[in-house]
Amino acid sequence: MPGTHPDVVVIGAGALGAATAWFATRAGLTVEVVERGSIVSGTTSACEGNLLVSDKEAGPELDLALLSHQLWRGELGEFGGLWEFEEKGGLVVAATAGGMAGLTELTERQRAAGIDVREVAADEIHDFEPHLTPDLAGAAFYPQDCQVQPMLMAAHLLRLARELGARVRTGTTVTGFLRDGDRVTGVRTDRGDIAAGHVVNAAGTWAGELAALAGVEVPVLPRRGFILVTEPLPPTVFHKVYAGEYVASTQSSDEGLQTSTVIEGTRAGTVLIGSSRERVGFDRTVSLPALREIAGKALALYPGLAPVALMRTYLGFRPYCPDHLPVIGTDPRAPGLAHVAGHEGAGIGLSVGSAKLLVEAMTGATPTIDITPFRPERFSLQEVS
Amino acid sequence: MVEFDLAVVGAGPAGLSAAVTAAEHGLRVALVDAGTQPGGQFWRHPDEQHPRPDEGRGQHLWSRFTDLRARLHGLESAAATTGRIELVSGHQVWFVEPAGEGFALHLTAVHGETRLPRVRAAALVLCPGGYDRQLPVPGWELPGVMAAGGVQALLKAHRSVAGRRAVVAGTGPFLLPVATGLAEAGAEVVAICEAGSLSGWARRPIDAAAVPSKALEAVEYAALLAKHRIPYRMRTVVTAIHGETEVGAVSVGRLDRSGRLRTDVSLPDLDVDLVAFGWGFTPSLELITAVGASTRVDVDESLVANVDDWQRTDVPGAYVAGEATGVGGALLAIAEGELAALAASRDAGRPVSEASVRRLQRQIARGRRFAAAMHRAHPVPAGWQDWLRQDTTVCRCEETTLGEICDARRELGATDARTVKLLARPGMGWCQGRVCGFAAAKLAKPVGEALTTSDLAPLAKRTFAAPVSLETLATAPTESDGAT
Amino acid sequence: MTDQVSLTFDGVAITAAAGQSVGAALTDAGIRSWRSTRRGGRPRGLFCGIGVCFDCLVTVDGRPNQRACLVPVRDGMRLESGGLREVDARG
Ligand SMILES: Cc1cc2nc3c(=O)[nH]c(=O)nc-3n(C[C@H](O)[C@H](O)[C@H](O)COP(=O)(O)OP(=O)(O)OC[C@H]3O[C@@H](n4cnc5c(N)ncnc54)[C@H](O)[C@@H]3O)c2cc1C
Ligand SMILES: Cc1cc2nc3c(=O)[nH]c(=O)nc-3n(C[C@H](O)[C@H](O)[C@H](O)COP(=O)(O)OP(=O)(O)OC[C@H]3O[C@@H](n4cnc5c(N)ncnc54)[C@H](O)[C@@H]3O)c2cc1C
Ligand code: FES
Repeated sequence: MPGTHPDVVVIGAGALGAATAWFATRAGLTVEVVERGSIVSGTTSACEGNLLVSDKEAGPELDLALLSHQLWRGELGEFGGLWEFEEKGGLVVAATAGGMAGLTELTERQRAAGIDVREVAADEIHDFEPHLTPDLAGAAFYPQDCQVQPMLMAAHLLRLARELGARVRTGTTVTGFLRDGDRVTGVRTDRGDIAAGHVVNAAGTWAGELAALAGVEVPVLPRRGFILVTEPLPPTVFHKVYAGEYVASTQSSDEGLQTSTVIEGTRAGTVLIGSSRERVGFDRTVSLPALREIAGKALALYPGLAPVALMRTYLGFRPYCPDHLPVIGTDPRAPGLAHVAGHEGAGIGLSVGSAKLLVEAMTGATPTIDITPFRPERFSLQEVS
Repeated sequence: MVEFDLAVVGAGPAGLSAAVTAAEHGLRVALVDAGTQPGGQFWRHPDEQHPRPDEGRGQHLWSRFTDLRARLHGLESAAATTGRIELVSGHQVWFVEPAGEGFALHLTAVHGETRLPRVRAAALVLCPGGYDRQLPVPGWELPGVMAAGGVQALLKAHRSVAGRRAVVAGTGPFLLPVATGLAEAGAEVVAICEAGSLSGWARRPIDAAAVPSKALEAVEYAALLAKHRIPYRMRTVVTAIHGETEVGAVSVGRLDRSGRLRTDVSLPDLDVDLVAFGWGFTPSLELITAVGASTRVDVDESLVANVDDWQRTDVPGAYVAGEATGVGGALLAIAEGELAALAASRDAGRPVSEASVRRLQRQIARGRRFAAAMHRAHPVPAGWQDWLRQDTTVCRCEETTLGEICDARRELGATDARTVKLLARPGMGWCQGRVCGFAAAKLAKPVGEALTTSDLAPLAKRTFAAPVSLETLATAPTESDGAT
Repeated sequence: MTDQVSLTFDGVAITAAAGQSVGAALTDAGIRSWRSTRRGGRPRGLFCGIGVCFDCLVTVDGRPNQRACLVPVRDGMRLESGGLREVDARG
């Protein structure tokens, strides 16, 4: 419509942009999504679709995960079939008695924080996962861990938003911002300017670059990860299965190569085997040492997979912030600008809770949970001192 | 540490001539090939372990092969101080890793035990050839529908006839040897359905005349078609395949000048038990993209490697020859393989004959002109989507239908081939899009739009060039393990 | 004359010429499909004939998912039709 401009421009058509578009249109806002590539061309198409509570400790990220979990099952429950939503539950396994002791301590803290978790004795593991190695000390089962197909999830949320009037412009790169003093009043793109009441930076791993274009600092950096994909198998891995050290690895700030095992079956019959974490910038060179380590650790858990063929591998860049918390909220340094980015290895699972909180913040509604731990300005110098 | 001066991948016309030429120039060469014996697709022949007097039956340029094979065997047992070839048959390269200034090729046996898990070389000549290009047709997933090249491979290597009553369909000169090969082996060929019309050739007679041996072949095939009474029907396509558990019949249709299906012509179904389809060839590009070499789209809309007039890619030490630089037939592949070997030898400091280089360059330029004319005469018909139905399988592995691809575009807003693949799964299965990649890329675009490098390159990138077991990967030696 | 080898397909004896591929041997025995697809349960056999399409997967001497068009026959070989690989916990 000539002369009218959208209430919200969302930069990025990944999981976070899609979820934001959906919640914003549902809240009655007019929305335009601007994406430089095609839809889901960023990290959302280079990840796994785990919606985990099990890898989180008590704190704001867990609160966000629990909120998201409610939304996946509640408000968005009717759409679950579209994106292969499965409440399959997660099984965290410990190889040694020491590992099991650590896992038990973790589960106690998590239970206190509201996570549903039960301990699984070594001799019960087989009932959960018949193909797991018998040499395990124990495990913990998390019924709230779920799974979606992330590309379908984001694409369908965008479609649902479009059906409510949102517009999605692909092949359009945001190159700068329209300003009125400090205020952000829209975006500049390689295909023209778009004025808007709010601009949402949902540019994933590139959100830091976008923030810089607006003159504010939001430190989002890439953390590379590889995934292996097997040939299609009959049902072999029934839950999300991962090694106890996975939690430690997601929280680590180590630069070097780290791998820890995450294994899951998919609707397509393939088994996804992850994953690695490396800080190598946006280097797309495939690292054989990383792939080899992922394969080796997977075989330690599932020795029967040894002859199974891998059809492909892919890599993605997790968007992470130094404190491993996402950035969600309006930016007081540049009024009119908001961010929803930096979800590291959990952006699929956390997308819906994050988007809901952000839309609440933009519309002045009462936040469902405390959003301040995610405020975008938390990294700026005055806060540190 | 590098064990070889040169590794050649592929022992077809291009790779075989590259390996032999390079070793004759003093290089230590590893020749890696997936086949159990050298020859590639063109010179597939019966198992040499069980010699047959009619080994060369149905072959072309066979003496070129037996000559190269004899030289190869000589070089396999040559003294270690001179040029030498180590032949590694029955192994597929599944991964290419940079190794210092050179390359490490990771190998896995096609079946049975892996003899050599890794080959390291200072330079690479990649000659991976290609495979038949396919277009989906309703019913093409029924047993009894095969790639034309596959039918030919059964005949040449196994003396096995894939059916009793066949139709050979698609486009291009390759339909001729397949049809005549079947007929010579005793099958009834009820028709060759050629989508093109040969008038295309007449428009560029200079190009066709550029390679005299091709004209000779045409005469030979004409005689065979007459002998076996094989109708050669131009502007004719197979539009549907019928049968419950295997092929029983096909529907055929006529194309107009612009390549669209004519609705005013109705032709009777053909009762057949074999359909051999070939729409030209798709080069194998995974190794080329794995080394980081740049690519372009050729006249036939295939993604091919960019090479200079020495067969060099833009990656130092990496050369490409044969179909992977553009589909052009065996003679061109032989010349390119030889030139790539001369370039690699020269770049390694060996003297090479400038006259040979110039002769090969002229021959290659001629061959390329011929190939371009051939591609123009045998395009994929503009109307190939006319006879598809919503329930037609496009991706054979994942059983993705046309309707699902349309939904990904229309409903979900996929605007390119990669996104269609992510949302509807064409190309996500066992073959990783080798069979449906061309069609899926076309279907992801508005009808009639030409494919570009940015459509094809993301689909051609296959980090694992062949499936590899978890065990093989978990125990793979890597360059990061340090000196060994 | 070429040597003959004997093999079985789903327990039924077939013969082949030594040096042939499993796919060729099955074709000569009049067998055109030996696998069913995961989604549609549709029959599949040889398609590309050269190891590219993976339509021809067959179990050879207990090893699943071998490409019939590439594996040479051997005397006494056991071929089995089927679909997906069963994973064994013991590895
Ligand atoms: C190996 C791996 C495994 C993972 N596994 C999981 C998992 O199991 N569960 C989970 O929840 N998360 C997982 N993640 C993390 C998850 O993938 C990310 O957190 C999530 O996809 C981020 O979504 P996003 O929308 O923020 O970013 P993206 O999907 O990257 O979207 C950002 C979009 O912004 C666009 N963009 C950038 N700059 C511009 C510009 N200037 N103009 C216009 N558009 C622009 C990009 O093109 C991109 O499409 C994993 C990640 C990796 C790498
Ligand atoms: C099935 C088939 C049958 C054909 N039959 C004929 C015919 O009868 N007449 C005709 O004129 N033309 C035929 N062609 C076309 C003909 O193949 C080419 O013109 C010619 O062979 C090209 O030679 P090349 O050396 O480039 O490749 P090819 O002959 O295709 O040789 C490539 C070799 O590389 C190997 N290879 C590829 N990737 C790897 C890897 N990752 N690791 C290890 N090895 C690898 C392949 O197994 C193959 O042996 C056929 C093509 C195909 C696909
Ligand atoms: S027939 Fe295609 S892989 Fe065997």
